[in-house]
Amino acid sequence: MEKIYSRTKGLRADVVGGFCPGCMHSTVMKLIGEVLEEMNLFERAACVLGIGCCGLHMDYMSFDNITSPHGRACAVATGIKRSSPDSLVFTYQGDGDFAAIGLGESMSAANRGENISVIFVNNGIYGMTGGQMAPTTLMGMRASTAPAGRTAKEHGYPMHMCEILNQLTAPAYIERTSCNTPQNTLKTKKAIAKAFQNQLEGKGFSMVEIVTSCPTNWGMDALGALEYINEKMLAEFPLGVIRDAREG
Amino acid sequence: MPKVEIASESCKSCGYCVRFCPKEVLSVGERVNSKGYEYVVPRNIDACVACKMCAVMCPEAAIEIYK
Repeated sequence: MEKIYSRTKGLRADVVGGFCPGCMHSTVMKLIGEVLEEMNLFERAACVLGIGCCGLHMDYMSFDNITSPHGRACAVATGIKRSSPDSLVFTYQGDGDFAAIGLGESMSAANRGENISVIFVNNGIYGMTGGQMAPTTLMGMRASTAPAGRTAKEHGYPMHMCEILNQLTAPAYIERTSCNTPQNTLKTKKAIAKAFQNQLEGKGFSMVEIVTSCPTNWGMDALGALEYINEKMLAEFPLGVIRDAREG
Repeated sequence: MPKVEIASESCKSCGYCVRFCPKEVLSVGERVNSKGYEYVVPRNIDACVACKMCAVMCPEAAIEIYK
C-alpha cells in the first residue's frame, strides 16, 4: 500500500496549530510547506511573518522564520534578500498587516520591484486583535469597530490590493486565488510555486493574494464562512492572474 | 482498497473534508479529542476512491491517504 498524500515536512509533526476550526491560515501554510518540499527549498527558505494571527505560525512551521514589526514584513524581507541573495525570502501577511499599517512598506517594496515573494492572506477583517474593520472589509459587513456594518460615508470602500499594485510598473507577477474549494486550493498552491520560481529566476516582486475566511470574527461556523466566501468575498475580490510579466 | 488516516488529535471538526468528499466517505464522529472537538472518522471507507480532496482541504494537515 502506497502513501499518496502525507503531511508536509514544512509543518512540525508534533504540533497542533493554534488556529480556530476552519481557519485557512493553516491551509495556506500547509500549501507553502508542500511547495517548499517539492522544490527542495527548506534549507534556503526565510519566511517573514507579519503581526496578527499569522504570527501563530512561528510555533507551527519547521523552517526559518522571523516575525517583523507590524506591517514591516516587506521591509524586513528586503533587508534579508539584499544581504543574503541566495535565500528564498517571502513574507506571509494578513490584510491588516499588508494593506493597512504596512501599506507604505508594501507599496514601496512592490514599486522597487524587490526580488521577494509576498503571500497575502485576505480574510477581510482583523483576526487576532478582535474582529476590527480592515481595509478589505466588505460593504455592510459587521466588525467590532463598525457594529452596524461598513458604510461608504463613514469608512470608505474595500481596497483591492492586486489591482492597486497592478498600477505599478515593477511587479512581475500578481494573482488572486482562494482556498474555498479543492480546485482553488490546488490553484493557490500552483500560484505560490510560481511566485517562488519567479524569485529564483530573479524576476522581481511577486504577490499572491489568497481570499480566505475568518469564521470566528465573521460570527459563523466554518462551512457558513465558506458560503460567505463564495457569495460575497469572491464577488468583491474576483480571482485570476492580474499580471504575469512572462506573458507580457 | 484505499485507506484514510485521520490524526484525531489534530482534527478541529471544521467539516471541510466531509463537505468536499464526493463519495460521502467521511463524517463527524461522536468521540471527542483532548481539545474537545468531535473528530472526523472514515465511516464508509469502501466507497473511497483516493481522490485526496479531503486531504487537500484539511487546514490542519491531519489527513493522510494510502492507496
